[in-house]
Amino acid sequence: MRNLFALLWKNQFFVLFILLISISLYLLSRSYSYHGSIAHNTTSDISGSVFSTYGNITDYLSLKVDNDVLADENAMLKNMLSSSFLQTDTQYIYRDSLYRYIPVKIVSNSVSKRNNFMLVNKGSKHGIKKEMGVISTLGVAGVVVGVSEHYSTIMSMLHQNMRISARIKNSGQLVNVIWDKTDYLYGTVIDIPSHIRLNQGDTIITSGNSLIFPEGIIIGLIESHKIDSNKNLSKATMRYITDFNSIKHLFIIENLMKMEQDSLISQIENIDE
Amino acid sequence: MNNVLFKNITRFIILMLIQVLVLNNMNLGGYLNPYIYILFILLLPANINRSFLLILAFGTGLTVDYFGNTLGLHAAACVVIAFMRPGTINLFFRNYEFNGNEEPGPSSIGYRGFLKYAISLMFIHQLILFYFEVFSFSNFFFTLSKVLLSTVLSVILIMIAVLLTGKRKKK
Repeated sequence: MRNLFALLWKNQFFVLFILLISISLYLLSRSYSYHGSIAHNTTSDISGSVFSTYGNITDYLSLKVDNDVLADENAMLKNMLSSSFLQTDTQYIYRDSLYRYIPVKIVSNSVSKRNNFMLVNKGSKHGIKKEMGVISTLGVAGVVVGVSEHYSTIMSMLHQNMRISARIKNSGQLVNVIWDKTDYLYGTVIDIPSHIRLNQGDTIITSGNSLIFPEGIIIGLIESHKIDSNKNLSKATMRYITDFNSIKHLFIIENLMKMEQDSLISQIENIDE
Repeated sequence: MNNVLFKNITRFIILMLIQVLVLNNMNLGGYLNPYIYILFILLLPANINRSFLLILAFGTGLTVDYFGNTLGLHAAACVVIAFMRPGTINLFFRNYEFNGNEEPGPSSIGYRGFLKYAISLMFIHQLILFYFEVFSFSNFFFTLSKVLLSTVLSVILIMIAVLLTGKRKKK
């Protein structure tokens, strides 16, 4: 035993190297799956406050653009007011509100890595929880994966573990959207049934099957569709409606019925067993 | 001794702030991200205890990971270059005698020597970083081109930093 320790001590440089590299690889290995990245996230108030201090300074540089974006959004919301519609009896149907939107601001963002995340300025204190959907003013942006008291981390659409259940707007077919590109402008639509032909400009929307996003939020527009006659399912390239490099403001979606839906799903799973 | 400690701590903080706040937000050509924080590991005293060097490099990598949400990625790359640093110094500057806390910077080994030293370690760092990030060889040559371009970019940045700070040291 003593000799063993002596040997280890003599080769401490090499032993330490092996030890440290093993720790790094262990930490790294947890990020290779969707659930791993959700379970082990380093969101914290420390990194959050460093980024937001910096953001407070640099935000002034883009005030003009931000104002334009907000004005556009205001106009869009005004169009949805009841006073903007022709009054008819069947116009208004009482609906229990199903989703709540929490506005947040990005304090740190990346688009150039293989796996990209966004850090935003609200956290558990504001009611944000893991696995909530995130949208920009235009369309889908990501999913919350980490929450601290005042900040949360969002796995952006530009992440290799991202997979969103989607629908082709004009045919209603279910497909999936992933990111296997290196370009932040484009995503990939997979699992397209073979009889479907997509044209440039076709809209891809959320399916509403995931309980994370409401139905019908735009993800992107088809850029090109390559049909492989040998396979049952084909792939298409899609341009994201959200420009991930320039977004500043996001909305986190709270599904108010999630508890009820989840318990229903777990009931079904119990019956199966 | 305290002077060396103070210098290195200041260097660590400054490089880390530049890396996390400025360079991490840069994407030249859409996907290139220069890394300057390696300069901290490069410029640690040449005669530093090798095990201590490993631990410092691990800590440096983890700090960058912490802010970039890439836990383990930079730590692994940094530990590997810290492991290879003593050998690299030995290989290139066998004839040079480092005394006390002298750092393997341009002031001791010259700009050409430092360039060789920086390129080799930077290349290894980027190689590990990009291939571990993708974790597959599917786009082998695309990733390799990223590695090469990013190495060139980072080395240029490191040389600029060294040139700018080197002037002050001249008596």
